[in-house]
Amino acid sequence: MKKTTKKLMTVFSAVAATMMLAGCSVAKNSSKGTKQDDKTVKIGMNMELSGATAGYGNAEKNGIDLAVSEINQAGGINVNGHKKKIKLITRDNKSSNTTSASVAAQLVNKDKVAVVVGPATTNAATAEIPNVTKASVVGLSPSATDPNYTLQKNGKVQPFVFRACFQDNFQGTSAAKFADDTLHAKRVAIYADNSSDYGTGLAKAFKKTFKGKVVDMQNYSAGDKDFNAVLTSFKAKKVDAIYVAGYYTEAGLIVKQARQMGIKVPILGGDGMADPKFVQIAGQSATNIYYTTPFSNSAATKNPVALKFMKAYKARYNEAAPTFSALAYDAVYMVKAAIESEKSDDSVKIADGLAKLKDFPGVSGKITMNKTHDPEMPITMVKLVNGKINKAFSVK
Amino acid sequence: MQTVLQQVINALSLGAVYALLALGYTMVYGIIKLINFAHGDIYMLGAFWAYYVINFWHLNFIGALLSSMVIGALSGVVIEYFAYRPLRNSPRIAVLITAIGVSFLLENGMSYLFGANPRSFPQVIKQFNFNIGGVLISNIQILILATALILMVLLQIIIQKTKMGRAMRAVSVDPEAAELVGVDVNHTISFTFALGSALAGAAGVLIGMYYNSIDPLMGMTPGIKAFVAAVLGGIGSIPGASVGGFLIGILETFFQSIGLSAYKDAVVYLVLIIILLFLPSGIFGKNTREKV
Repeated sequence: MKKTTKKLMTVFSAVAATMMLAGCSVAKNSSKGTKQDDKTVKIGMNMELSGATAGYGNAEKNGIDLAVSEINQAGGINVNGHKKKIKLITRDNKSSNTTSASVAAQLVNKDKVAVVVGPATTNAATAEIPNVTKASVVGLSPSATDPNYTLQKNGKVQPFVFRACFQDNFQGTSAAKFADDTLHAKRVAIYADNSSDYGTGLAKAFKKTFKGKVVDMQNYSAGDKDFNAVLTSFKAKKVDAIYVAGYYTEAGLIVKQARQMGIKVPILGGDGMADPKFVQIAGQSATNIYYTTPFSNSAATKNPVALKFMKAYKARYNEAAPTFSALAYDAVYMVKAAIESEKSDDSVKIADGLAKLKDFPGVSGKITMNKTHDPEMPITMVKLVNGKINKAFSVK
Repeated sequence: MQTVLQQVINALSLGAVYALLALGYTMVYGIIKLINFAHGDIYMLGAFWAYYVINFWHLNFIGALLSSMVIGALSGVVIEYFAYRPLRNSPRIAVLITAIGVSFLLENGMSYLFGANPRSFPQVIKQFNFNIGGVLISNIQILILATALILMVLLQIIIQKTKMGRAMRAVSVDPEAAELVGVDVNHTISFTFALGSALAGAAGVLIGMYYNSIDPLMGMTPGIKAFVAAVLGGIGSIPGASVGGFLIGILETFFQSIGLSAYKDAVVYLVLIIILLFLPSGIFGKNTREKV
């Protein structure tokens, strides 16, 4: 009995040691990047499929799976005249930063993928940067929104790091412009989640851009439930609008409590509100609400790419496409566009192609990659009335 | 002036819930000198139970409140029986650590079973506002205050006027002597847990109604704040816990209303430190020396 346990332990520790080594090792031929064989292009997926942020990760996996199967059914990617199918290698980073780093190392060193799509969250995506950069393989996150994600410490752009979504600053500035130009708000209060970079980033960008007067700026932290005191003081200051920078859990409650105490002014926010749970929590109070989002089902009906995506998504998964699936779907097609324009699936060339991406027809609109590897795309401002999307504005 | 009054209303509604929770801490501490850190999670269980019975059995508010109090009481007794009673004669730190363990078990167990996502609480009572000279009071705020006050008065009657209450007071003074004169100590302790946990269950329902959002981790912060309230009022003292709860509610609201919302939690913990440094027995606490 004891002997077998001991043997098992040895086997386990050997396996564990190998795994750790695999996690730590990096590519040796650092300057060249990975090359693909004649028949397939390997794309790696480093995604949060379990753990705290698995909700985002699984939505993105759906988008990626859909894009890959569509491309393969149509014959594959056209690499310099002959078609190559995509081989997708899916790995779970368990919503852990260290696992994300080792998953990235496995994908680039062992599997020799041309591109790593993912992870979904900024922290996990940042953790993969050293490994993909050393191997000269592109790391493309569908949804890492932190402005610093694509930048090195010295402010220069990370050569192999891209994202398929807009960064937080862009949402904050767009919301501020919208409050100025469309809502004509003069006095605005900001209520930000200071326990996340997302909340503080949005609030800072909004405050910087807004031309009217920011009469009050208050903070809350994730998990708070009572916002009555702060909202009462906003009400006393006679604000024209409130900008709530945070995720749906608290934003939903803020909206509900504000409406209950008779605050009728528009409440603005970011894509943290773009979740069905937001309306569930806010209930009938979700009226006169505006939020910025890269993609909305109603705004997308005029865009043929989005229409095709939404139909295909509904047919495959039997539900309306979430925003995160749309971004991930775009990410795969961006890779395809980069390979086809460069006529090569060499990983270094793909990075060049992505950096030069211009007017790429995505689900979220026409996308152009700027110098800092942030896609410039139209941002949509959605208006909610009684919990339903009533109107969508495009903000420039 | 309107704004000030409005903030008073906000403070009292928040304070009522802290007070209900603080009563549970104080009673359990009073009787077996244990800080029951799982108390905030019983509040969460109460809220989830009410969510369940309202959605699936279509109970009304009173039914949900009463059944949540029963569930709260049951879970309090069960926790005491399995987690604390075996450690009755162990060092106090062992029980304290067990209490923290039970708290984690409840939080993560519920997250595992029902998901960590917040869910919206069914609105059994339609909310409307009374407008009194520009100050808005919602029917739910009145309900919270009224329920809290009724429960506090009931509790006081049970402790002062009933046989069980007398037994509780006896055990809290000296368990061994109480046993000598014929008090069933285990029974009394179970009863105390039942009573305190029933109040936590009620608080859970009230909060569910008030904020419309419940999740498995909802007991963490209010639990700790209620504990601070109990210490502020003098842990072990029933009126102290009620007053402490309201004071914490007022303090938190005040700091938010003057624009220091980022520090509202910090202030509560600062109060704990100050109380422990300068007035360790709290506002209503008796200054007793402990025999070593």
